[in-house]
Amino acid sequence: MTASRDSAHTTPLSPLSLQRIRAAWHFVAPMLLVLALVAGWPLLRTMWFSLTDANLAELSGAQFIGLDNYRALFDDPDWWQAVRNTLIFAGISVSLETVLGLIVALALNARFPGRGLLRAAILVPWAIPTVVSAKMWGWMYNDVFGIFNHLLLASSLIDVPLAWTASPDLALAAIIAVDVWKTTPFMALLLLAGLQMLPRECYESAAVDGVHPVKVFFRITLPLLWPALAVALIFRLLDALRIFDLVYVMTGNSRDTMSMSVYARQQLVDFQDVGYGSAAATLLFLLIALFTVVYLTVAKVGRER
Amino acid sequence: MRKFRRWLGRIAFFLLLAAIVVYSVFPFYWAVVSSLKTGSALFSTDFWPLAPAWSNYAAVFREQPFGHNILNSLFVALATVLLSLALSLAAAFALGQISFRGRTPLQFAVLGISMFPQIAVLSGMFELVRGFGLYDNLWSLVFSYLIFTLPFTVWVLTTFMRELPRELEEAAIVDGAGPLTILLEVFLPLMGPAMVTTGLLAFIAAWNEFLFALTFTLSSGQRTVPVAIALISGASSHELPWGNIMAASVIVTVPLIILVLIFQRRIVSGLTAGAVKG
Repeated sequence: MTASRDSAHTTPLSPLSLQRIRAAWHFVAPMLLVLALVAGWPLLRTMWFSLTDANLAELSGAQFIGLDNYRALFDDPDWWQAVRNTLIFAGISVSLETVLGLIVALALNARFPGRGLLRAAILVPWAIPTVVSAKMWGWMYNDVFGIFNHLLLASSLIDVPLAWTASPDLALAAIIAVDVWKTTPFMALLLLAGLQMLPRECYESAAVDGVHPVKVFFRITLPLLWPALAVALIFRLLDALRIFDLVYVMTGNSRDTMSMSVYARQQLVDFQDVGYGSAAATLLFLLIALFTVVYLTVAKVGRER
Repeated sequence: MRKFRRWLGRIAFFLLLAAIVVYSVFPFYWAVVSSLKTGSALFSTDFWPLAPAWSNYAAVFREQPFGHNILNSLFVALATVLLSLALSLAAAFALGQISFRGRTPLQFAVLGISMFPQIAVLSGMFELVRGFGLYDNLWSLVFSYLIFTLPFTVWVLTTFMRELPRELEEAAIVDGAGPLTILLEVFLPLMGPAMVTTGLLAFIAAWNEFLFALTFTLSSGQRTVPVAIALISGASSHELPWGNIMAASVIVTVPLIILVLIFQRRIVSGLTAGAVKG
């Protein structure tokens, strides 16, 4: 629809519409100016710092050192560990959220008494601040007093308490579980909105023909829902790739779970190495930019259809 | 036999619903229960506080400037939301109602910025904040939070603005109204509900923000709620005062949950406008 409105202006412009276009630029100018100041400029500075030996205490004395920071980064096993953690975290948590979100959305799409109550209940995790979620789950994960270990020990599924957030094998999984819990509602609501836009006729004729519900889901629902699903998926993926607060609050700067954002912040703030940290941040930015281009292409294709 | 299978299906469905509710609500329920337990009761796993006590809640306010932290968060979130709404109402009017060359690239630029990882601007932002003399000052947060609230409010308000009929503006132009008058007197009243929804979502995002708040503030009196909670610590790292942490968590979460439940329908429409219709 954007295209049709824009093409209306191939004819010569009247003074009135010229005036409106001028007004439009006046209206977007303050927003653009602010975005340039809070997003564009700091991003360019970060990219510049990544090519220097800038130090947090003395930013102005930074010397240009070319790609040295990037070379050091590529040689740092901790950085690759952070990349690996981030990709595993994003991949697994987004997949689980999609499956669970789809189940919740399908359940909410059915008619039953107390549906409003269920929707209210699933909004609870979404409303809880991430730091608070991290602490709440951290308490449940507590190795000595946590409820998980208590329940597992009581039902004798385990013999010794598990160190959920401290053991290298479990910590990342524990963090993923919290993220899945927290963001499944978002996924479910987006998918529910998608489900409610599907045409009813397909389902009616399928019901008349007596098609099995599972077949209906894979043959009708999933293909029709795919555009909404794809957009929601990429949206969540971009969010998961920049994960910081959940990981930082649950396991601090632990190398086993450190995400790319946590790694970059540690270099930048704790070690005061702004040049090196900025290089890590820039690489994360480029990774996300790549996915954003994919997202915008999908969104554009979705619009043109 | 068929009837039996139908009953089985229904029971399975309601079990699924029960599982969803327990999964969603239990962690918060457990935080509430834990916040009401003190002493050794905290380490028991009773599913109900046998002797509910409020001492954890009192301790939160006594042991650190938590009341101050709440006011800081309120100030930062409200100021950020008001600034974002003012800037984005004007922008959304232009982007949603007026056709001009460059509109589509502008919209995509805004959407692109909303995907920026905050860490990617951290060092540049730190330099700006220090340059403006705003380090350890709440205004540094209001300023930096615009990077994620502004693209979001612009995007959502534009989708709402696009749905308003164009005849409104044309009629006002015929009456001789200027663009600013049209925006403030014709569109602002109509955009009221959309602005409440968008503002609420932006408020939640600003209230929850952690990375900038952790980096740009230093003294405990300038901390916002998420940083204050994250940094609550006991005598040693192995003796975290879990009762206090849970009490603080409940204090800052209950108002949010109430807000979300009151506005649930609107929030759902706002979230979907932000993503699906994109």
